[in-house]
Amino acid sequence: MIRRAVRFIDTRAGAAPFIKATLRYVFPDHWSFLLGEVALYAFIVLVATGTYLTFFFHPSLADTVYHGTYAPLRGQKMSEAYKSVVDISFHVKAGLLIRQTHHWAANVFVAAIVLHLMRIFFTGAFRKPRELTYIIGILMLFATLLEGYAGYSMVDDLLSGMGLAIGYGVALSLPFVGGNLALLIWGAPYPGDPSFESRLFIAHVFILPVLIGTLIAVHLTLVASRHHTQFRKEKRMTNRRLVGVPTFPGQAPRSLGLMLGVAGILLLLGGLIQINPIWLWGPYHLAQGTNGAQPDWYLGWLIGALRLVPHFDVTIGSYTLVPNPFWGGALFPLIVMGVLLAWPWLERRFSPQRGFHNLLDRPRDAPGRTAFGVAFLLWVFLIFFAGAADRIYLFLGWSYQEQIWIYRGLVWVLPVIAFFVTRSVCRELQAIERVEEVREAAEAEAQAASA
Amino acid sequence: MRRARIAIAATLLVLALAAVAYAQLPSGIARPDNEQNLSTQELGAQLYAGNCASCHGIAGRGVAVPGATRGAGNIKGQGPSLVGVGAQAAHLYLTTGFMPLSNPHEQPWRSRVLFNRRELASLIQYVASLGKGPPIPHPRPETGDVSEGMHLFTSHCAGCHQVAAEGGYVTDARVPLIKEDTPTQIAEAVRVGPYLMPKFSKKYISDRQLNSIIAYLQATKQPRDIGGWGIGHIGPVPEGMVTWFIAAVALIALCVLIGERLRGTV
Repeated sequence: MIRRAVRFIDTRAGAAPFIKATLRYVFPDHWSFLLGEVALYAFIVLVATGTYLTFFFHPSLADTVYHGTYAPLRGQKMSEAYKSVVDISFHVKAGLLIRQTHHWAANVFVAAIVLHLMRIFFTGAFRKPRELTYIIGILMLFATLLEGYAGYSMVDDLLSGMGLAIGYGVALSLPFVGGNLALLIWGAPYPGDPSFESRLFIAHVFILPVLIGTLIAVHLTLVASRHHTQFRKEKRMTNRRLVGVPTFPGQAPRSLGLMLGVAGILLLLGGLIQINPIWLWGPYHLAQGTNGAQPDWYLGWLIGALRLVPHFDVTIGSYTLVPNPFWGGALFPLIVMGVLLAWPWLERRFSPQRGFHNLLDRPRDAPGRTAFGVAFLLWVFLIFFAGAADRIYLFLGWSYQEQIWIYRGLVWVLPVIAFFVTRSVCRELQAIERVEEVREAAEAEAQAASA
Repeated sequence: MRRARIAIAATLLVLALAAVAYAQLPSGIARPDNEQNLSTQELGAQLYAGNCASCHGIAGRGVAVPGATRGAGNIKGQGPSLVGVGAQAAHLYLTTGFMPLSNPHEQPWRSRVLFNRRELASLIQYVASLGKGPPIPHPRPETGDVSEGMHLFTSHCAGCHQVAAEGGYVTDARVPLIKEDTPTQIAEAVRVGPYLMPKFSKKYISDRQLNSIIAYLQATKQPRDIGGWGIGHIGPVPEGMVTWFIAAVALIALCVLIGERLRGTV
């Protein structure tokens, strides 16, 4: 069957060598290598569900009045965009299931990218010759954040409007160019002119998905051409030898299974757990708002940063050079992105190793990198948690202001502690292994002597 | 004349019951011993003297503490004057358990009502008798329009109470969720403005509009969760928790499972 299919394609496209190489490609056999695949399959689910949603979504801010079945909205003024999403949720066949699956898939997509990035970072998979693959991955992560923000924003519900108000404020805060840039994007002072909605739409359904898709293609091509990394399972494994499962018959069925599993889990979430119930939030009108409005989780770290930065502006006389939202909303993510992008070169500066690295480190094998990674992650995560301080206050009664002050201290103290603790744990683990080795060697010697 | 007598009685009772009041646990209620034999007026006055007068003063005149002491809601002194607040405010604060406060610097928060029905009625009547004030309102949410109510609630209230009435945070205060409140309590809160909440006069929110708002709030008690499990109706924070604690955990488990199966084949 497969042979006939390959022959069919080969006689018409001459692709047999390529197919053969693909089928024989060797995959490493550790579960953590599948995290990137999870992200890929979430992306496929996003494209599929998103395409369905475009059939019913009207990217228009034109005023309309709702006369549908959901009583609390009946007679309310709203935009075409918001009304079409309410209709998708209440009337379109499978509309709500697809919409919720799309939203859960977005949340999971970014989570899978973050997990995948952690695997890459802590095992040193980004090292020569894979720095380009790594950089493209980081760029994808940030493109994904923009993509998610555009999707959250274009529905024009109450949360969208409030999120855009914050985005507009951050855009304005960019030194020198902010005012003009915000006007360019929004077309007019907030809430912008009606064409802003079509810009969001085209960015969300065309520009950014095509960009992400292209980056995925380049990412995967680079992975295949430089080949996967692998863990050192036996002492004699070197940087030059490959061990693993071939695409066919080993990996392909498993990957297919994983894809179906990811799609299944996302559809289950979409069918069983309510996400972004925009009919409960209502349409957005300027000067309306709701308490506790939050972005999706993957932008929570920026809300946390905006809250943690103490109130100050950089001014010259009466001219505000750098308004406050710049620090948390723009500089902070740029620093995080910058550190991630520069890491392969930063690491080489501290531990000069110029060779090729096809074998992965275990986290303990590189105590400095692991310690830095844990500290950096903790830094970002603490800032992320600070973004939910208002909810903690409501549910647990811990004063909001006190929490913010505690976080302002913790974000600098805890990462430093985490760095030293992690580093010494790694070193201890290494020391234990060396002792084990000596003991095993001695035991083997003793056994040989007694025999 | 009657008012003066009550005031005198209260004055005496403040002295008589001060010891009892102080001996009580902070959250407890000071009760007269012979409650059954007292008339409604006497019971109200005694309960007031035992549980309220330490902050609200004799005959509800308030307790002005010179200097910086500020009570709940930045009110100067221990407690505000109750002269003229009427049955409306008394009913709101007492039936929600907002009052009595164990500490005047705390935010009043919904809690168990420790007075029984007769005690409540007596105390409310007593506070209403301190001065001419608004009576307990009688909202009619069944005449309201849910859709108008939602729009009004989003415009006037959701900024603090959250659009699905789940509560939230404002500077220096927790905003209560409005799930347990009766229509009467909601109507009272809008007109009284407890703690940091602003007062809304009939000029800003008419009684007709108020009926719509209450109709919407009753609808939020059973939100239309057509999407499945509602996870609290507060948006992305619980959604993020589901993403990480359910979805990510399930997906990692799936990866491990498939990865383990791979291992056997090498």
